[in-house]
Amino acid sequence: MTVLIDKNSKIIIQGFTGKMGSFHADEMIKYGSNVVGGVTPGKGGSKHLNLPVFNTVKDAVSETGADASILFVPPAFAADSAMEAADAGIKTCVAIVDGIPSHDMIRIKRYMRRYTKSSKMTLVGPNCAGIISPGKSMLGIMPGHIYKEGRIGIISRSGTLGYEAAQQLKNLNIGVSTSVGIGGDPINGSSFRDIIEKFETDDETDAILMIGEIGGPQEVAAGEFVRENMKKPVIAYIAGLTAPKGRVMGHAGAIVSAYGESAIEKVEILKECGITISKNPSVMGETVKTVLEKM
Amino acid sequence: MDIHEYQAKKILSDFGVTIPRGGIVYSPENAENKAREIGGSRWVVKAQIHSGARGKAGGIIVCDNPLEVAQATDKLLGKKLVTNQTGPEGKIVNRIYIEEATDIERELYLGLVFDRSSESIMVVASTEGGMSVEEISKEKPETIIRSKIEVAVGMQSFQARELAFGLGIEPDLIRRASETIIGCYKAFSELDATMVEVNPLVISKQKQILALDCKMSFDNNAMFRRNQVSELRDKTQEDSKEVFASDRGLNYVSLDGNIGNIINGAGLAMASMDMIKLAGGSPANFLDVGGGATPEKIVKAFKLVTMDEKVKVILVNIFAGINRCDWVAEGIVEALKKIEVNIPLVIRLAGTNVEQGNQILKESKINYIEANTLEDAANKAVAALKK
Repeated sequence: MTVLIDKNSKIIIQGFTGKMGSFHADEMIKYGSNVVGGVTPGKGGSKHLNLPVFNTVKDAVSETGADASILFVPPAFAADSAMEAADAGIKTCVAIVDGIPSHDMIRIKRYMRRYTKSSKMTLVGPNCAGIISPGKSMLGIMPGHIYKEGRIGIISRSGTLGYEAAQQLKNLNIGVSTSVGIGGDPINGSSFRDIIEKFETDDETDAILMIGEIGGPQEVAAGEFVRENMKKPVIAYIAGLTAPKGRVMGHAGAIVSAYGESAIEKVEILKECGITISKNPSVMGETVKTVLEKM
Repeated sequence: MDIHEYQAKKILSDFGVTIPRGGIVYSPENAENKAREIGGSRWVVKAQIHSGARGKAGGIIVCDNPLEVAQATDKLLGKKLVTNQTGPEGKIVNRIYIEEATDIERELYLGLVFDRSSESIMVVASTEGGMSVEEISKEKPETIIRSKIEVAVGMQSFQARELAFGLGIEPDLIRRASETIIGCYKAFSELDATMVEVNPLVISKQKQILALDCKMSFDNNAMFRRNQVSELRDKTQEDSKEVFASDRGLNYVSLDGNIGNIINGAGLAMASMDMIKLAGGSPANFLDVGGGATPEKIVKAFKLVTMDEKVKVILVNIFAGINRCDWVAEGIVEALKKIEVNIPLVIRLAGTNVEQGNQILKESKINYIEANTLEDAANKAVAALKK
């Protein structure tokens, strides 16, 4: 999806010289992503993986023309790094890191309100697998080879469940235009609705698979948007049928605390919004296939 | 992370909220002295467990003299209290809070939570204190008033005043009520809380505004910068297997069924549990070993799941990405050399190098049932159970 990343996206790694940053930078480069450098405060001027290291995101942007970034910084510093990226003019930023305090996420989102819609950075994550546009670019930590090039958009809270979906689609010879992991935290940079809206206008995408789970209002908000505004078909699976109320299921955001937040309730509401439900996680691919055959 | 009532009260009192005089005790002798020290003529003996609805479970006893306080303490200490929030296993009482009794004129409700849709802090108040917020919203929804607080600027005095007037508090007490509400807000925002609930917030006959009972929960992700709060954790109030897991970096939730799960990724774990249910089985746990599923984590996961006596079948479901199935398979084989598993074991690997992974499992001497898809894995786990 060109609005997020494409072949020409110039990527920088924030937290470049660390173990995680180095490993995944290398994986992204191998996949074909256009990684142009990275940022590690204090190591500016040096080289890492044969690419330039900068002290600040602003320096990296002015020297390389970078427009996308990915954060591999510890949770305590992640909010600061995301705001630095927004301020330096980065267009798409992925926060992989798990463990950012909710108060910090609210602070980031509040900070970003100072930008106009056209100059505002899209933040994806945290606690997510990132973004991949198969065959074009990968701004994330997913295994790139399980994604076949194609015309289905995937949005998932969970990383591995998103992989599961991509694999099922690939086995049925169905490809993916872009897959976006929005992450498992209660407050995230981009919601299901934010990304589904981008897919609606993306001319490389024919249909969207949304993989949600228990907790929070985002799946329902996306469903309402689909009912009001979407022409492209949407297929959804909601995980957590067996999750007990009031318990956090791994993801900090996966907790049922109000009406409409359990899997059964979400499924009912999404059905009413005209979304096709994948009845179990083993048939996400087949459900997409059935919908495509009807188009 | 949850804390005890007495700890939450201490925190709120540091933020300017008035609480009744009281103290924590660990023995009946201690309790008698504490009652005398607090003074007055009536006391409330309160069992400290991480649960509400303690009164109905017999965990709160009103006493008229220090001797009764000692007897009540003796009765409660070491007891397991079962409330509608603890589950049937209950929670053990290791600490008792003794408090002076309050002459109550009015009971109010005050709660603060994160509102995920507006991404702000929501203050919820009602004139119907003493009932749970679920009961209030079911039975007296018209009494609920809300105020959305923008975190970047914090709670303003007028917002607190509006709430106080909305609760019908008399003019002379509005200022004190506003200070109390702002104190709760500050505790929430300055300590990375996720929930502050004062229920009831009371107006006493002496016209004091007091937090009579309160609960606080905190953001686990923020504990790295909240040393004073993280020290308040009481592991005796948590499921022992969940404590074992969290100490080892695993995400674990104990459930009622008998199929033990070892899965990477929270979403895939929930999805696998759903498949087990659809196949007619019931999961014994939720367990996310993390996206990476390193061999060390797999060993720990097997230890944890085999600790649970309910578990009759183990289902391993790993979608390997960067970490490759062959590496994960080696981890499983290593784990099974260290940990004896005498119950059926179903393993489903998927993703990078899945053929090599399955090959390694086959060539090892481990006794397992191979599965290919999520559905296949769940069906085989349930079938193994029936044998």
